[in-house]
Amino acid sequence: MSRIQNAVIESVKTVLGWVPAQWLPGGTPDPLIERRAAIGRQASRQDGPAKVRGEARFAAEVAMDRLTYASLVHGTVTRGRITRLETAAAEAAPGVILVLTHRNMPRLAPLALISFTDLSAVGNSSLPILQDPVVRYNGQVVALVVAETQEQADHAAQLIEIDYAADAARTRFEGAKDDARTPASILIEKNHVSVGDAERELERAPHRVDNVYRTPGHNHNALELHAVTVAWQGGSLVVHDATQMIAPSANVLARLFGLKKEQVRVLSPFVGGGFGGKGLWDHQIVAIAAARLVDRPVRLVLSRDSVYRIIGGRTPTEQRVAIGADTEGRFTALVHTGYSIMPTYGACPEQYTLGTRALYRARSFEIVQRHLDLDIVPNTFMRAPGEAIGTFAVECAVDELAHAMSVDPIELRRRNEPDRHPISGTAFSQRALMQAYADGAGRFGWERRLAQPGARRDGEWLLGMGCASGSFPYVRMPGANVRITLRRTGEATLSCSAQDMGMGTATVQIQHAADRLGLPVEAITFEMGDSSLPAGPLAGGSAQTVSIAGAIMAAADKLTAELLRLAGNASPVAGLRAGEVRLVDGGITSIANPSQRESYQSILTRAARNEVTVSAAGSPPLEMLKFAMHSSSAIFCALRVSQVTGEIRVDRLLGSFDCGTILNPKTAASQFRGGMIMGLGLALTEETLFDERSGRIMNATLADYHIPSHLDVPEIDVMWTGIPDPRSPLGARGIGEIGITGVAAAVANAVFNATGKRIRDLPITLDKVL
Amino acid sequence: MAIRINGTEVAAPDDVRVSLLDLLRERLHLTGTKVGCNQGACGACTVLVDGERVLSCLTLAVQAEGRSVTTIEGLGSADSPHPLQLAFIEHDGFQCGYCTPGQVCAAAAMLREIEAGVPSYVTADLTAPVLVTREEVRERMSGNLCRCGAHNGIVDAILEVAAGRAA
Repeated sequence: MSRIQNAVIESVKTVLGWVPAQWLPGGTPDPLIERRAAIGRQASRQDGPAKVRGEARFAAEVAMDRLTYASLVHGTVTRGRITRLETAAAEAAPGVILVLTHRNMPRLAPLALISFTDLSAVGNSSLPILQDPVVRYNGQVVALVVAETQEQADHAAQLIEIDYAADAARTRFEGAKDDARTPASILIEKNHVSVGDAERELERAPHRVDNVYRTPGHNHNALELHAVTVAWQGGSLVVHDATQMIAPSANVLARLFGLKKEQVRVLSPFVGGGFGGKGLWDHQIVAIAAARLVDRPVRLVLSRDSVYRIIGGRTPTEQRVAIGADTEGRFTALVHTGYSIMPTYGACPEQYTLGTRALYRARSFEIVQRHLDLDIVPNTFMRAPGEAIGTFAVECAVDELAHAMSVDPIELRRRNEPDRHPISGTAFSQRALMQAYADGAGRFGWERRLAQPGARRDGEWLLGMGCASGSFPYVRMPGANVRITLRRTGEATLSCSAQDMGMGTATVQIQHAADRLGLPVEAITFEMGDSSLPAGPLAGGSAQTVSIAGAIMAAADKLTAELLRLAGNASPVAGLRAGEVRLVDGGITSIANPSQRESYQSILTRAARNEVTVSAAGSPPLEMLKFAMHSSSAIFCALRVSQVTGEIRVDRLLGSFDCGTILNPKTAASQFRGGMIMGLGLALTEETLFDERSGRIMNATLADYHIPSHLDVPEIDVMWTGIPDPRSPLGARGIGEIGITGVAAAVANAVFNATGKRIRDLPITLDKVL
Repeated sequence: MAIRINGTEVAAPDDVRVSLLDLLRERLHLTGTKVGCNQGACGACTVLVDGERVLSCLTLAVQAEGRSVTTIEGLGSADSPHPLQLAFIEHDGFQCGYCTPGQVCAAAAMLREIEAGVPSYVTADLTAPVLVTREEVRERMSGNLCRCGAHNGIVDAILEVAAGRAA
């Protein structure tokens, strides 16, 4: 991202600052905020029955005639060149149809990296894919075998012999710091923010903390392995993919393979977990190329090991956070700087300092991120990229300052709660973090916490409580399109290429459409998961729900206008304009005089129409630039630490959220809990072990990378303020990622409260506690 | 000898390398059984062999010859769902749904293990009858990973079904 981009974004923000709010999206609050019926109901998932019966078909489960199976071979050096490549034995093995290497791979251009200014660019890596004998990171794909069965493909893959001439590789985090880059921007924000003289303020502050926090690499570890089933049908391409980016992937694949947009169809109705990892990577490209060469459908399911090798995870970071405070505890300086890995061929800047800009008021700020170039599989976005680990550093630092000042950590946060965005001065659209704290503290029993560490015990167990704030920005993506077909029977079908990884996409949008169109939920169908439908944005940034909601709003407005036109002069609603009616109870009703109405059935019958169809795109998401819009949370943790073994057991975890309107309490609570559980993994067990000598991931299995299992997960309490955001569709903000934020700090702060030990290096394993 | 899968006799595959998991998914198109790691670490491939939970990725298909395999497709149907399937929906015991068939199959067998008095790591009194407690269920289900974080709902669903059985 460039300085030019910074200037453009700043100019837009400045201009929007002068534009009256009512001219912009969200200028007038969405009327549905006041009159929701289906929204906010405790509805079970639409796809629940199919999922519990095992009938939901995932990408690797599509049956095809003459299907072939593929197996990958990964390079074993970190940088170098293939000097000998012996494929004859593999080619002669039973059932083998093709061995694909750089020698016979079609020549393809590199992928355009994910960009927030070009939404059709979704590459996670811009490295060449099987185009030359060069190895650029450890685990890179160097060959693919296609055979009649998976067993034959796997066996033949082992028969390929490769020698490498290894080159020196950059694999050490510490060693790369000397050549660190300071990018101009992080996503669409300016990277280096300097307000006042923070270092000087820090020096003369009566109270200060100044520490370095470290977080390791992480992998998404969605339970479903990355998989594609690919078929070329005539000149067209059908890809059943496990992806969070259906429409953008179809666009990119069309461009890459020289096809027209309508010749590529990507289907992904169910995704077995994504968390940022289910994007476009090398495996789809080689499988598609292989399917063209063998002229048969190909299925490629990555092994778990392959997922670690070629799908990037979250980068490790080293973050410095320093806070200076006056005698009243008001922050005079907030410093957040650090290092993370971002190869030049990767897309994710791991924006760990972005959340810090909106969390606290301070007299001075010094914020900057530095990127390290290592020869690795490019890191990518993983649940709450930036905030998940950025809040660990900042929220531990706040706790450390509170302890040093003998102030309750919630009280210290209250004293520094901003009333406007602390850096831009922009108004918050809505923010009730302190209410979330008050509600959470009450239910959790925070008043029972003793400030003195180590003061509570139960036999060998030291008991502690901790809290921390979480935050995640509101994002509504441009490029969300929806088609609504309303039938004379009073049923409606909504269509969008949207994806579901377990968020309940169809469930909540059906609830939404029911209220928006004035129909019962049973009358609505939501078609999704297919790039041949109107394009939805990628599912990321906790943005899909409001992005599609914005498109449904726009389409409903269009539908209203179209129905009024069809109603004509003979209708009871004749003469009314779109702004004077609403869609309720299966028809159009005058807002001023509710008895003046006509049903859809009546309008369409008189117009001799079986159905009416409209398509619309959501308005440009200018509200994001006009207002400071963030979800926030207060996380509380109670745990025990064994004095004998150092084992940590989390007894209770509570999340109190301020995330706007909650559209479906059942699915929302699950998303919050899910994020918080991933936060427990982040705090206590998860770590991608990287061998800095070899450049190779050492624990590329679910047996060695420890995600929380049932016994690790206590009952998790979630609650929310439910205060609607007046600037967003439905008053909603994203909830998919906020859950993980703040959890690691709440756990670390509770460990300190229990033991008096500050662990600033995740995960908090027992060796660090003893 | 044939393998009985959900009540139907199926011939064992010619290729002895074929796992029970791949027999189910790739040859019989019973794709309700999932693959999450292919190395026994995640539990997504859990099926019942002669009523006991088994990781089908670590079981060769030929090992199931002469035995009776029940997959999620055989555990319940649209017309007569297994109580666990209904309880999982009610308690939102899943999000993406990928680990769900394995969780449901494991839970069905796990409750029978408790009924049979098989103790676990968290069973305090090895001489007393084993009770279906939250702690027991969490321990016994720990071989079935869930990345979406539906653990609370899964345990609630299982406890509800267990309570219904006891009543």
